[in-house]
Amino acid sequence: MSLLSLEKVDKIFGGLSALKQVSLEVPERAIFGLIGPNGAGKTTLFNVITGVYSPDGGVIRFEGQSIGGQSPARIAHRGIARTFQNIRLFRAMTVEENVMVAGHHLHQASVLGAMLRTRAQIADEARLRKRAGELLEIMGLGKHAEDVAGSLPYGSQRRLEIARALMLQPKLLLLDEPAAGMNSQEAGELERQIRFLRDQMGLTIVLVEHNMAVVMSVCEAVHVVDHGETIAHGTPENVKKDPAVLAAYLGKSTEEVA
Amino acid sequence: MQLVRRLAVASAIGLVLYGIGLWLQGGVIEYVQRIVFLAGINVILAVGLNLINGTTGQFSIGHAGFMAVGAYGAAFSGVKLQPVLQNWIGAGAVADGLTLNVGLLVGALLAGLTGLLVGAPSLRLRGDYLAVVTLGFGEVIRISFNNAKFLGAATGFSGDSPSGLPALTTFFWVYAWAIAILILIRNLTFSQTGRSLAAIREDEIAAEAMATPTTRLKVLAFSLSAASAGIAGGLFAFMQPSIRPEDFRFDKSIDMIVMIIIGGLGSISGAVVGGIFVAVTLELMRDLQQYRLVLYALLLIVIMLVRPQGLLGSRELSEVLRSRFGRPKAQAAK
Repeated sequence: MSLLSLEKVDKIFGGLSALKQVSLEVPERAIFGLIGPNGAGKTTLFNVITGVYSPDGGVIRFEGQSIGGQSPARIAHRGIARTFQNIRLFRAMTVEENVMVAGHHLHQASVLGAMLRTRAQIADEARLRKRAGELLEIMGLGKHAEDVAGSLPYGSQRRLEIARALMLQPKLLLLDEPAAGMNSQEAGELERQIRFLRDQMGLTIVLVEHNMAVVMSVCEAVHVVDHGETIAHGTPENVKKDPAVLAAYLGKSTEEVA
Repeated sequence: MQLVRRLAVASAIGLVLYGIGLWLQGGVIEYVQRIVFLAGINVILAVGLNLINGTTGQFSIGHAGFMAVGAYGAAFSGVKLQPVLQNWIGAGAVADGLTLNVGLLVGALLAGLTGLLVGAPSLRLRGDYLAVVTLGFGEVIRISFNNAKFLGAATGFSGDSPSGLPALTTFFWVYAWAIAILILIRNLTFSQTGRSLAAIREDEIAAEAMATPTTRLKVLAFSLSAASAGIAGGLFAFMQPSIRPEDFRFDKSIDMIVMIIIGGLGSISGAVVGGIFVAVTLELMRDLQQYRLVLYALLLIVIMLVRPQGLLGSRELSEVLRSRFGRPKAQAAK
């Protein structure tokens, strides 16, 4: 059964159709690649799925239930977590605090309890801190828990965004260009971490990525969009050979134009 | 154990406050006493305002309105309650203390509710727009009191007795409330709720994507902040024979903003320092009358130029001391 399914989703900004009748199915526990040239609508698709924008048409289902048009907080609560292409960390806060912010589900004490520092509140804090530490360890940031998030190098900031998203205990993780700005060694480490999240934590992962080496190595299925439309989908090998994909990335061949 | 220890600490603080209070009453001139009281009230105002302006990053410039609601609420309920209590348990410190504290709670509740009413619609706005709306509401509240006949309208409210409002505010209660509010808000700031508030300040879109109920939390912080201003207003009311709408003009809101900016936006210890600073300088500049506003403006400009993050930045005093003298923590440069 597919965890996430989009059925003929449209998104229009003014006169521009950012998404045109996009349909896709993300099976449970898949590592699913979403690729396409710049401006193809990949991030818009993420924004529509996570509720930043509401779709102008079509149906978005998560675990069989329609989520189109719900608020970002509600959708996050249902189990869809994301990272951002243009990193959005809580820059002045520490690495650990960044992760802990996403830990509402581990938090039971009331506001009054927090103000009075009740026993339940202290236990909550300890639980959150412990979980945050584990996730930072998984993403290789254990040593930086006390650092200010904005001071981390670029690649670490991207991994911190993943750790923060994991704190939500999501079922589906949307990664927007997680390898951007990483060198090949860091990208290799990221690939290992992404596989770990699926294999050991049972997550389903959708990633938007321009680094084709990463996409071809980790993804089992790839969906290609251009100008807001689906132009191909299938295994990485097949997609790589697809004439429509080649045309979108490299331009049309001379015979076709003629 | 926890409870026993806390009760012990609270009683110790209470005893110390009581002692200082007695000493102030005996040996110190009234003028200085008044400054000391105002400093405590300012601390409450600044720590409360810092929760919404500093920690949550939602700029309110109309908090004098909530102070007014607290002042009138406390004064009105106190004046009605006092004779009843005096009949019941006899005049004295117990009746006075009860009157004061019930009055303060009524004032805080009304101010908090007003905060809820103002905050719920306006906290959907951001930045400058929110500031303008809070400014407007602050004025609306003041002008409402200006026209409320049963509260004395523009001439002010002085209760039923010819000697004016009862002088119930004591050193003990000002500082007991200041310390209590300081502790409650500090605890909240360093909890999951506080982290979420800071996350809203840092990046609201990301906070929302992390399932943070942003609107609810902003309204909560705003109401708590308004309720603190209400307590401060109540303590202020029982310090003088009457309260007038013009005690809570726009420049009162500006004074509060000066307090938190001088201390460093987002820092609780900064708010404490700023609150005391403003109480003292306001008194020192009393002879300058309206020119003090010019001086404050100049002071703000100088601080913005020389130390834009305020005296303490967004850090707490404990962090500053630790980074100066304590073990070197992996603290990144800001």
